[in-house]
Amino acid sequence: MMASTINKRAEQIDVTVLSNKRIGAYHQILLNIGELVLHCHPGNFVAISVGDKTSSMVLRRAFAISRVSHRGEYGGTLELIVAPHGSGSRWLCEQGEGATVNIVAPLGTAFGIPTNPAQALLIGGGYGSAPLFGLAEVLKSRGCRVDMILGASTSNKIYAPIEGKRSVNSLKIFTEDGSTGILGKVTDPLPSLIAEGVVDVIYSCGPMGMLSAISAIAQSSQVVHQCAVEESMACGIGICMTCVIPVVDATGVISMLRTCIEGPVMDGSTVQWDLVGKVV
Amino acid sequence: MMTDDIDLSASFGSAWFPWPVFTASGCASSGKELAQFFPLREIGAVVTKSISIKARSGRPTPRMAETPSGMLNSIGLQGPGIDSFLENDIPWLVAQNTRIIVSISGETVDEFSVLARRLRSVRGICAVEVNISCPNVENRGLVFACDPEASRSVIEGVRRTLGGDLPIIAKLSPDVTDIVHIARGVVDAGADGLSLINTLLGMVINTDTLRPHLAGKTGGLSGPAIRPVAVRAVYQVHAALPEVPIVGMGGVRSGRDAFEMILAGASAVAVGTASFGNPRALLDIQNELKSLLKEKGFSSLKEAVGFAHRVDRTQREVKG
Repeated sequence: MMASTINKRAEQIDVTVLSNKRIGAYHQILLNIGELVLHCHPGNFVAISVGDKTSSMVLRRAFAISRVSHRGEYGGTLELIVAPHGSGSRWLCEQGEGATVNIVAPLGTAFGIPTNPAQALLIGGGYGSAPLFGLAEVLKSRGCRVDMILGASTSNKIYAPIEGKRSVNSLKIFTEDGSTGILGKVTDPLPSLIAEGVVDVIYSCGPMGMLSAISAIAQSSQVVHQCAVEESMACGIGICMTCVIPVVDATGVISMLRTCIEGPVMDGSTVQWDLVGKVV
Repeated sequence: MMTDDIDLSASFGSAWFPWPVFTASGCASSGKELAQFFPLREIGAVVTKSISIKARSGRPTPRMAETPSGMLNSIGLQGPGIDSFLENDIPWLVAQNTRIIVSISGETVDEFSVLARRLRSVRGICAVEVNISCPNVENRGLVFACDPEASRSVIEGVRRTLGGDLPIIAKLSPDVTDIVHIARGVVDAGADGLSLINTLLGMVINTDTLRPHLAGKTGGLSGPAIRPVAVRAVYQVHAALPEVPIVGMGGVRSGRDAFEMILAGASAVAVGTASFGNPRALLDIQNELKSLLKEKGFSSLKEAVGFAHRVDRTQREVKG
């Protein structure tokens, strides 16, 4: 992305919470964002301020956009799937219908969509599956075959809404404790799927360890791996320089790139996974 | 008094700024990112991220931790280096019609002079901020602003290299016993103004992993949590050096906070961490400050600079 077009479509606006439902370990939060939906694409994220103007939580929280709808009852709506892990996400999960939240969106890069119909494999870890359902709809509408593999430590951490399942050709679920689906990890079936030639492109979203493992498997093949990475961010708009990860360019130079500007969607083969968290 | 005619301008040496709110170095990159949210010409100045001679990749991640009313950062001066900066960032900033203050950072006294030499003939720069106080360096001995002699040497070198034209603003650390002593030294050495304050050295330990949260272990504390420290530093330095203009910074997130800095003795205010939470913070703060000054009966910003120091307040009726 050219620096002169950094987050060209992003706006900072107050929006209304239309609904907030608990789904398993997560909250599904629907925001009324009006025409901003036109510029939101699968992979983009939103940065939300938490607490009021005097909040002791001074930093925005970044969330992947799960889905957008252009023609809901209230106009454009944006869906987030939020895990109430920290003080900021807990605050957001406490915001009920009618509450106002301040968002900056859409931010970051989006998943690239193949120009010709392709065989796409979507892999999600935990609530990292959320943006993949919106992506699946787009891929299906472009004539792609969409297979999905979801994984988590245990069953209530799998996010797989019934309506989302309609947009995929197949769905396999793995849990590390075997409480639902197959006992194991999302990467278990990957080598054989690649070997069978039924995957052209992998889209992934989830913990960094999972993304790294997928990259390692995809590396020895022709399969493209687009992953939505996760590094803690203070601003989401490219000014704080905290969310960087090491990425190699075509000339072999490794740079610390901002995952809020050059990501979150990145080419998994360029990310230097073994250098994450180290001095470059 | 014409209500819209309040003079908010600030001067640092020969540099004049129509508005008093600046970006804090390291909190606005080189301006492009914030330009999406407001026109940069509407604020006082863009103070760039500190530029080094060579490109630096900075410290490993995690680089940040939110803390009560603040945050720790441990970026380690990641940046493109002076060549790329002059080739790519400066022309873009000049085209924005904003005022530009270039922040420079060296590892040795000599490196600061080398950087100053590169800036000497660049068109469109209003002033040079000399960052001698970044806490995110491996060797605390490299924090020049913690040592009066080292601080003086850096500023002397930059002044000698720049000649008399470009104003120098020295950015100081609050992590010293006597900030007035350091301030006096750099002003004697040729600084036209001071930036007060850089972040405070801090640390967070993750009680789940039982290890320091930041990969660099320590980081710089910023945000509203440090504002009283900044106000104190500005107040002390202004009391000792009332003729030296100060860019006050440290936890400013509202017009009220900016006004507080001005009353303590700042001639301009820089906004850093607040932009992370509110991309339009600089403009919001500037507008709120303007309203507050009017509300309190000031006809110009200059009139309010250091007002909290004036003992005889009976000569003036302060509203509100």
